[in-house]
Amino acid sequence: MSSAPQPDSTAARPLEIRGAGLRRGDRQLWSGLDLEVDPGEFIAVLGPSGSGKTTLLRAILGLDRLSEGEIIALGEPVRHAGNRRIGYIPQQRPLPRDTALRGRDLVALGVDGHRFGLPFPRRGDRARIDELVRAVGAEGFADRPVGQLSGGEQQRLRVGQALADDPRLLLCDEPLTSLDLANQQAVVSLIDRHRRETGAAVLLVTHDINPVLGKVDRILYIANGRFTLGRPDDVLNSRVLTDLYGAPVFVLRAGDRLVVVGAPDAEESHHHHDHGAHA
Amino acid sequence: MNWPDVWDAMFGGLADYGDILALVSNSVWAGAVLGLVGGLVGVFVMQRDMAFAVHGISELSFAGAAFALLVGFDVVTGSIVGSLIAAAVIGLLGARARERNSVIGVLMPFGLGLGILFLSLYNGRSANRFSLLTGQIVSVQSAQLGWLIGISAVVLVALLLIWRPLRFDSLDPQAAAARGVPTRAISLGFMLLLGLIVAVAVHIIGALLVLALLVTPAAAAMRVASGPVSVPVLAAGFGIVSAVGGILLAIAGTLPVSPYITTISFAIYLVCRGIGARRDRISRDA
Repeated sequence: MSSAPQPDSTAARPLEIRGAGLRRGDRQLWSGLDLEVDPGEFIAVLGPSGSGKTTLLRAILGLDRLSEGEIIALGEPVRHAGNRRIGYIPQQRPLPRDTALRGRDLVALGVDGHRFGLPFPRRGDRARIDELVRAVGAEGFADRPVGQLSGGEQQRLRVGQALADDPRLLLCDEPLTSLDLANQQAVVSLIDRHRRETGAAVLLVTHDINPVLGKVDRILYIANGRFTLGRPDDVLNSRVLTDLYGAPVFVLRAGDRLVVVGAPDAEESHHHHDHGAHA
Repeated sequence: MNWPDVWDAMFGGLADYGDILALVSNSVWAGAVLGLVGGLVGVFVMQRDMAFAVHGISELSFAGAAFALLVGFDVVTGSIVGSLIAAAVIGLLGARARERNSVIGVLMPFGLGLGILFLSLYNGRSANRFSLLTGQIVSVQSAQLGWLIGISAVVLVALLLIWRPLRFDSLDPQAAAARGVPTRAISLGFMLLLGLIVAVAVHIIGALLVLALLVTPAAAAMRVASGPVSVPVLAAGFGIVSAVGGILLAIAGTLPVSPYITTISFAIYLVCRGIGARRDRISRDA
């Protein structure tokens, strides 16, 4: 990483979480979570559905509240709902075919979607949008209606949208779900390139570690009301996960891929019922 | 039915067309403004999947107007109060599409029933009764026309001011919230704007037919365009052509305005559908 002088906000640690706990009704999902994320660090968040992974991301954005603890994002305690200095990449959800936007307009929402006032573009907006479209390799389909693009193409554009303000922290919530292998790799490499070029930290929620295995520095594995935090080799092994789940779990290596067998929620990765898509 | 009568009903006024036009010129203006704003609002109605909500709001708007008629209060104010109550209830209770549809499904027959009750209790001119359901812009008094135009203008300005956050929220509420868009306020604000424009539309084409100006033009535009500027511009254009064209055709005879408006907007939709289908075929073959 460059040692050039940087403004205070970017020099600060991208993310600090202290004593965080999450409770749903009278069920404690987890507590005592401390996490310090350094610039340029890539952290994968794993765990069965309902373990509060998405809530953790939303809490960092100020959209949900933790039951206890404190979050400091980009040097400032989280207070307001939403934060443009954090990039957020949601799960791929197919857009309706007749959506009245072109590909580049999806990227443009990251640049001007938060602005109130008469919808006239500001000077520099267009150049910025072009730059983002190029950065995610979307020149070839940016002018086509967004509803007719493939899931992978839409997701590239969403990455472009998330990078609009050159964020020093990227939060990705299942960004690879329902993408094929090639598009998973394309999206991961876009995220990873932004991390390497700008020193941004990445927090990526996923149910399948394999697409990001080579890039990840640490893994936060939440399950069974507890969590484990550590380097991939220290977390993804049969002993640690068996201990975490309190039930026999095996981590098998097949070539350069890892398969977790026996985790109570392992079927999650095979079929998705995306209720959000109908909301 | 015989053809000379039909001819007379449709074109009997042609001889005095200029005089009639001068009399209803304010109605034409009101129609044009409603067509414009309705087309723009319609783009978001389509994107947020709220056609059913439009219909639900219009039935409560009708109930409000009918109540105002019964108690001798201003009908436009009555329709606005009814609309805003419906919009607020739907906006507050039905954040998700499924909940929203059930709230509307419960609200709509209640509103329509109330309206019919009030109308049957009302002893005044019967033309007024019918016009709330099926519209008759040319019978609206000019003071009220001024109100309708003014309200439409307010909706237009407010809509333009929240245009971009509203578009973001309509497409991807989660990403919009993450970027600091106050999505709840935006949704509620849009519901209120929708309520206001529905109340205007009730007076111009009637509670049962508001969808012809609040959904059809936008749906047609989305068939032939996909740009963030071209779709709203086309939708507004289609709305204006439908509303103004309908009024201009209707005053040539004695038939009501609404069937003309609904027919024109439906014809535009059919043509756009045809163009869109043809384009899809060509792009598939290419």
